[in-house]
Amino acid sequence: MVTTDILIIGAGPTGLFTVFEAGLLKLKCHLIDALPQAGGQCSEIYPKKPIYDIPGFPEVLAGDLVHNLMEQIKPFQPGFTLGERADSIERLDDGSFIVTTNKGTEHKAPIVAIAGGLGSFEPRKPQLDNLNRFEDRGVAYIIRDPEVFRDKKVLIAGGGDSALDWAIFLTDVASEVTLVHRRNEFRGALDSVEKVQELKNLGKINLITPAEVVELKGEANLTAVTVQKTDTKETIEIAIDDFIPLFGLSPKLGPIADWGLEIEKNAIKVDNTLDYQTNIPGIYAIGDVNTYPGKLKLILCGFHEATLMCQSAYQRIHPDKKYVMKYTTVGGVTGFDGSKKEAPKAVVKSID
Amino acid sequence: MSDIKIKIIDREGTLHEVDAPTDMNMNLMEVVRSYELAPEGTIGICGGMAMCASCQCYVKSNHELPEKSDDEEAMLAEAFNVEDTSRLGCQIHITPELDGLEVELAPEEL
Repeated sequence: MVTTDILIIGAGPTGLFTVFEAGLLKLKCHLIDALPQAGGQCSEIYPKKPIYDIPGFPEVLAGDLVHNLMEQIKPFQPGFTLGERADSIERLDDGSFIVTTNKGTEHKAPIVAIAGGLGSFEPRKPQLDNLNRFEDRGVAYIIRDPEVFRDKKVLIAGGGDSALDWAIFLTDVASEVTLVHRRNEFRGALDSVEKVQELKNLGKINLITPAEVVELKGEANLTAVTVQKTDTKETIEIAIDDFIPLFGLSPKLGPIADWGLEIEKNAIKVDNTLDYQTNIPGIYAIGDVNTYPGKLKLILCGFHEATLMCQSAYQRIHPDKKYVMKYTTVGGVTGFDGSKKEAPKAVVKSID
Repeated sequence: MSDIKIKIIDREGTLHEVDAPTDMNMNLMEVVRSYELAPEGTIGICGGMAMCASCQCYVKSNHELPEKSDDEEAMLAEAFNVEDTSRLGCQIHITPELDGLEVELAPEEL
């Protein structure tokens, strides 16, 4: 069981900055994120795109912003549970919470801060009948262990980097690799596109374009799919063991929607007059995941919300302690790792 | 300040005729959101970077629209429910030439 002061759900910019503000108050943080890396949308969707409205940064790439935030919070030694989605929450008698992920990792904290952005990123699923029935029975959206496809007949659908890269990789593992894409053109690194071309010429990848998988067949397990050519409408039945649709990720609010929190417009309602607390005391929602009158989904607003939220969390954890906010220029930044940053002291020395 | 009229059929099939400003650097996705013709969180998810297809719409009128960028082409190649008339609303900027444009919102991806 992971224990901490503030459990942050979502490791995007707002969640990361929370670690800093909490650290100034000597509160420890742990972050959970469904993605395998920190940074949320900034890392997953647009790392190479510029942002122009971070105060003090005329222009910063989203990926660089995340990098800087990670640097800024390093002294406060945040813990991370990455690649796992926060699934359920339980409130204990002492008022603290236990949050369990989809992989069963348990986290205990007196404060939960949901900084979940648009939700957790889930694979986009093609709209096919019986798709759910064949999940884990021949349909997989994520390749965790390529060895499960050893000597299998595999069909990949999609036209992006992951479809290309896995098609290439699996030619050495699977007995047959078919790649189906709705267009003739692929969007991916030039190297990957050329490699697929080469493997196609060698007969190692069976490339079918422009085409789409339109039907899944099988009893208990998937045994075949029907592929339709987009131009001629001709259909082909292909016997396969595994169908891997790789259409990228899209965010879903997911299980958090069932935690008993007040939801409006696909976002969590919070008290914006005070501390961004939800209808459940001790659970806060900050950044893009919350809503209140006049809400703007901006990173800079998430930073502000995180800051006020930490003050409120401090008071909940230490109801008897007196505290006033201290400027970092005055108090410096003392990390949990023993590091200390502070403004240089003026030198007092007479001039002869 | 100049407005144009745009007809938008929402995901329930209801037709809305709305005024869209041409001088606010707005795109079609933002016009739909400003009139709340689709619930928040179901449209414009990526914010307008052509990186999701939540603002996909079908163009019903014969307006000449700007060419699709590579990003838009690529996204539509991976989106669902795509027709020949599909465009991403976020890539269509509101200009005076679009007066009378008629579009239908594509179904939400589930």
